[in-house]
Amino acid sequence: MISNSNKSVVASADTSSLSQTTALNDSSTRYSTYPTSWRRPAVFFPNRWLRWGLWLLAAIWFYLAISTIDVNWVRVAEGIERGWRFIKGFLTPDFTSRWNDISTGLVESLTMTLTSTVAGVVLSVPVGIGAARNVAPTAIYYACRFIITVSRSLQEIIIAILFVAMFGFGPFAGFLTLSFATIGFLAKLLAEDIEDIDESQTEAVRATGASWLQLINYAVQPQVMPRLIGLSLYRLDINFRESAVIGIVGAGGIGATLNTAIDRYEFDSAGAILLIIIFIVMIAEYTSGFVRKWVQ
Amino acid sequence: MSETRHPPVWQHRTTGKRLLMWFGWLCLVALCVLCWQIMTKDTIWAFVSDAPRQAADLGSRMIPPRWSYLERLWLPLWDTLNIATLGTLLGILFAIPVAFLAASNTTPSRVLVRPIALFIIVASRSINSLIWALLLVSIIGPGLLAGIIAIGLRSIGFVAKLLYEAIEETDILQVEAVTATGASPAQVLNYGIVPQILPAFYGISVFRWDINIRESTILGLVGAGGIGMQLQASLNTLAWPQVTMIFIVILATVVVSEWVSAKVRHIII
Repeated sequence: MISNSNKSVVASADTSSLSQTTALNDSSTRYSTYPTSWRRPAVFFPNRWLRWGLWLLAAIWFYLAISTIDVNWVRVAEGIERGWRFIKGFLTPDFTSRWNDISTGLVESLTMTLTSTVAGVVLSVPVGIGAARNVAPTAIYYACRFIITVSRSLQEIIIAILFVAMFGFGPFAGFLTLSFATIGFLAKLLAEDIEDIDESQTEAVRATGASWLQLINYAVQPQVMPRLIGLSLYRLDINFRESAVIGIVGAGGIGATLNTAIDRYEFDSAGAILLIIIFIVMIAEYTSGFVRKWVQ
Repeated sequence: MSETRHPPVWQHRTTGKRLLMWFGWLCLVALCVLCWQIMTKDTIWAFVSDAPRQAADLGSRMIPPRWSYLERLWLPLWDTLNIATLGTLLGILFAIPVAFLAASNTTPSRVLVRPIALFIIVASRSINSLIWALLLVSIIGPGLLAGIIAIGLRSIGFVAKLLYEAIEETDILQVEAVTATGASPAQVLNYGIVPQILPAFYGISVFRWDINIRESTILGLVGAGGIGMQLQASLNTLAWPQVTMIFIVILATVVVSEWVSAKVRHIII
């Protein structure tokens, strides 16, 4: 009974139907004109047949998709034991026996992260300014937008494959990859930010007879600087996470160590590396949140 | 008169502050140079200076792409889309309870359950799906299943984080109104909170699906199925025209999925 009245309250609040007004006018038939059951209004596709048709299509796709998964159950059964060992390795990580490899990979990852973020930020600032519609001429705008699109549509790992082929194995290829990816990410967000600035400040600075450089320095830069710092820190965090991945294709960093550890089924070392990654990401996230609060 | 008391040139900060800032920048530059030296300790500069020639060589090998290879890419592409979609569904399935356990207004216990849920979110978010795939391939063997689970595990953190933030931002008045009718906790959740987060939930899901398509194209590099397997095979045999063809297909898929996701989110929100 309680749940029933409860539903009708929600219904009358939600649909403000005709029955409500008649119920108010004629109190004797108040209860009979309320709908006795209520059904949530559909969010998409109000037509019920269309909705059921789409569900059917989804079910057919689901069946087809599931049936294409070719699972080797014998291998999976073997793997359960290995999965159990991984979980145990994660709970009792082994930092010591492979510490030399881990520390080398970690130093490579961290140095790669910092240098590539700094290089990426330095390069993304001119690109970002060039890609802002309100401060850049049209030709430069399109050129910079093109750079951003290219950098954003290629994934880090694909760029890493190409750079490893060109520059050889090692963290230098990783540094180039991460810098390139940083340019697209930061320049796009910076450009959007510059396009959103308060134009009255630009006008005020321009009215003093400022040159273009002075305009950027005194009207635009103070408005976007806090966000630029915040975004750079966020990108630092992303770059560290990515640096753990691009090692798989030979671009240096802790990813290579992790790859080797997993290939040798040394799950306790792998667990240690994963815990270090999680720990560093947590620290980075915490500090960047703190710095962003302090900057803004 | 009074102008003599002002400094002749306007300055934004005091001298002390500026010195401090310069010192900060100096530290950053010094750290950067140090990192650069450690990083490039083992770099063979002959290879780096050789890079333009290598790039030209690579370019000449990669162009033109082998268009006839396209017909052998449809099946892996279908697999890739399935990995992304099924992985997203799997991730959402687990992310919903984690999100409700992590949100401070719906969690059953702030001291006991919430930190665990938050740790699950951080752990899932900080490990890339490629690393999850690497692990799963070594545990349950290569194939689509490893890819799906890898995508799912990575999606849990992302979806749960955005969803629990949405739950924490819900309007308390509506929840109170539903509670005032005598609703049970489950009914409060169902009628007070769920309708408020539903648009955000659909938006997050489609957004993650878009990212997952992007990530599932490369999972095959470590053996987790999809078009990446073809990429790995082509790279290993140095068949660069095929590699170019695969890059084109990946790029087209990513662009289309991004367009679909933007369209759907535009309709929902």
